[in-house]
Amino acid sequence: MLNYVIRRVFQSVVVLLIVGLVAFSMFRFVGDPIDNMLGQERTQADIERLRTQLGLDQPFPVQYWRFLENAVQGNFGVSYRQGRPVAEIIAERAPATLELAAVSGLFAIVIGIVLGVFTAIRREGWASNVIMTGSLIGVSLPTFLIGILLIYVFSVELDLLPSFGRGDVVDIGGWSTGFLTASGLKALVLPAITLGLYQMTLIMRLVRAEMLEVLRQDYINFARARGLSERVVNFRHALKNTLVPVITVTGLQLGSIIAFAIITETVFQWPGVGLLFINAIQFVDIPVMAAYLMLISVMFVGINLLVDLLYVAIDPRLRGEGNTT
Amino acid sequence: MSAILDIADLTVEFPTRREIFVAVDGASLTVEPGEIHGLVGESGAGKSTIGAAVMALLERPGRIAGGTIRLKNRIISGRDRAEMRSLRGSEISMIFQDPLTSLNPLFTIREQLTETITTHLSVTDAEAHERAHDLLARVGIPEPDIRLDQYPHQFSGGMRQRVVIALALCSEPDVIIADEPTTALDVSIQAQILDLIRELANERQVGVILITHDMGVIADTTDRVTVMYQGKVVETGATRLVLGKPNHPYTKSLIAAVPRPNVKLHRFPLLSYDGRATEFRIDDLARNWNKADTDSAKPLFEISGLTKRFLQKRSFIPSRRQYLVAVNNVSFDIRQGEVFGIVGESGSGKSTVARMIAGLYRADGGTILYGGQPVTGSGSLAWYRRQIQMIFQDPYSSLNPRMRVDAIVAEPALHHRLLSGKALRHRVDELLEHVGLGAAAGLKYPHEFSGGQRQRISIARALATQPRFLICDEPTSALDVSIQAQILNILKDLQEHLSLTMLFISHDLPVVRQMCDRVAVMQNGRLVEVRDAEALFASPREAYTRSLLKLMPRLDGLATEGIQDQVEA
Repeated sequence: MLNYVIRRVFQSVVVLLIVGLVAFSMFRFVGDPIDNMLGQERTQADIERLRTQLGLDQPFPVQYWRFLENAVQGNFGVSYRQGRPVAEIIAERAPATLELAAVSGLFAIVIGIVLGVFTAIRREGWASNVIMTGSLIGVSLPTFLIGILLIYVFSVELDLLPSFGRGDVVDIGGWSTGFLTASGLKALVLPAITLGLYQMTLIMRLVRAEMLEVLRQDYINFARARGLSERVVNFRHALKNTLVPVITVTGLQLGSIIAFAIITETVFQWPGVGLLFINAIQFVDIPVMAAYLMLISVMFVGINLLVDLLYVAIDPRLRGEGNTT
Repeated sequence: MSAILDIADLTVEFPTRREIFVAVDGASLTVEPGEIHGLVGESGAGKSTIGAAVMALLERPGRIAGGTIRLKNRIISGRDRAEMRSLRGSEISMIFQDPLTSLNPLFTIREQLTETITTHLSVTDAEAHERAHDLLARVGIPEPDIRLDQYPHQFSGGMRQRVVIALALCSEPDVIIADEPTTALDVSIQAQILDLIRELANERQVGVILITHDMGVIADTTDRVTVMYQGKVVETGATRLVLGKPNHPYTKSLIAAVPRPNVKLHRFPLLSYDGRATEFRIDDLARNWNKADTDSAKPLFEISGLTKRFLQKRSFIPSRRQYLVAVNNVSFDIRQGEVFGIVGESGSGKSTVARMIAGLYRADGGTILYGGQPVTGSGSLAWYRRQIQMIFQDPYSSLNPRMRVDAIVAEPALHHRLLSGKALRHRVDELLEHVGLGAAAGLKYPHEFSGGQRQRISIARALATQPRFLICDEPTSALDVSIQAQILNILKDLQEHLSLTMLFISHDLPVVRQMCDRVAVMQNGRLVEVRDAEALFASPREAYTRSLLKLMPRLDGLATEGIQDQVEA
């Protein structure tokens, strides 16, 4: 078991190194940051001085090594645009994105599983048909359109929820949270639904399909034949067996919730890292872009590692103590 | 003695969009305490539907349309779901066919047992755990303390079926419905499980309905038997009487089709009860057959020192890798034109040998000579592969469901570039005609055919390249007896008229006796003995062979009507 974890962690590190390399080498082609940073009134000496100061005169492997060295210590350099340490800027913005992602992820998982199980059990009811048809909308509409629709209905027409921003935030040890104020919670509702709707419908359809498959299995029939109640059969025996594929997809989706928060953050003017990244691209702010990409890949790799460990927790067949006798 | 379960005039319907399909039509049977009542018939006869109706587990949209089911003189049919659920597991239990799929893989045996116990009995947790322990011990599982906390995948098939029985016994049921409880198990395990069911019936006076298609199981285990055909009960009575002196023509045809362990028949009699049997037309096929001029004195295959091992535990360091030796230093010859059988329990390596001969697995050691030429090494083996074809066990998964039947049959010939265009179409039509399906079958898809018909398609496909050697891996073990008899007749005809050589793998000893000229017995990857079939069955030399033969159903009491004139001298 420990062996397995060590191997997975090792693989994760290799993945991160490769992602870093790819991201880092791509930035060499997005343009020369020096052009953007210095105004029209620059001299060749200014350019050379800044280039040396930023370490851009070094060969590529040296730059990459220095980047890794600093990154491991949590130092992602100084933003070309803002002139402040990148780590500081990201730490300022990350709570907004992480809170948004957590809420919409939770929304997607809970509602998705509940609706998926419901539509699988009541396969022929009218409610299931309504939900299944409605879920098509969630899959087919683009995120920004859903966001705009929600803003129109709930902010403009009904005036129930704010249309942009995080509301009031409370600062706890450098982490600014919107969970503790009424306006902060209200501000989370629309962006969280917008961001999580697609994942929710996806999880729902997946759970439903898996559940229908599992309900046909012999062990479900045998559980019924032993007189176990429908509730135990559906939620204990069947649901647990649907979880392995559901976790796979959910894990990947959670990663993309964080990565693709950019669009939602733009629509709702959410002060998260997604907005930061958009701005960084416009100004060729390489340290910010690099740090953002590393952050996202750490999240993806971390979630995947977690998913693999969850498999083992759920399915005893993967624990490799298979002495069939 | 009064019946504990009384099914009277039961009718079960499945309404479909176009019509109402009557799965069970006015069936009646009774089960006494301590009695094992066999329910026998071919697939589609409605025997499993009766079991499901008693359990109120009919699949939708099935419904009980008439008749009554009485349990201890109380009518239980037509009750609502909650009432039925309280009966299920507590007064009637069920054992399913496949022990590998009837246990939830994600819960320990302890969890599954105690959950069932506490559902039905008002006991404390400690009492439930103790009861779970006792039940495992009762069904003959050693070291129940350790086994309780293991998961289903840590048990073998036979052990899992014991766990299933323990689960069925959780709350002292009065009636157990066992639906093909041993079909998925090896003969030796089958005997143990049937003994266990027998013991439980005697000891606890449980009434058992044993649903099976296996006449051997019926003959050895049951007290009374009910024979079903197309939803109707055709005959019922004491097992000895029904099997020994069948009255109904369907029962007679069914019994005549059972392969006998004690006598070799030239052909299986096809007492076709409803004219289903379509005869195989071998003569025209033989006329066009491209017979290889062969020197029949030399063996077709010379196999020596064949070994195959599978990696069981990976490791960086070669010395730490663990292997399962599936086939261990096996040597034998296959002569021209004979049917060579390999028998053994599952895991004995018989299928692995077949797959190595077919070139599906690469041997880790030893040589296979085909007509004197090695076929184990590297180099193009197209010439060899063209001459061998294979027929698989499962007629459902061995045909591509997305391909039309004519394309399936044509594929081998097309692959080896033997025929094309008109000639190929002609060959396909001819083959489908010969195996008794008719050329029109080529336009359909596999799902439109029954299991037996699909196996005919497989045979047609195997013949498309005009092979000299046919590998049949359990070709009939998924089929009903009457269909099995037809397929075995086809294979016999092929071998006789086309001078094909065959490798016939089976765990079913009576079938092997009917089919094979020589038989190899395998155990744990090793060859135990190779003998002429009749000599082997008459006087086995090795202890293992004797124990294997002892497990065959004896079937002495079976009627011999219709088979006498086929007995080989």
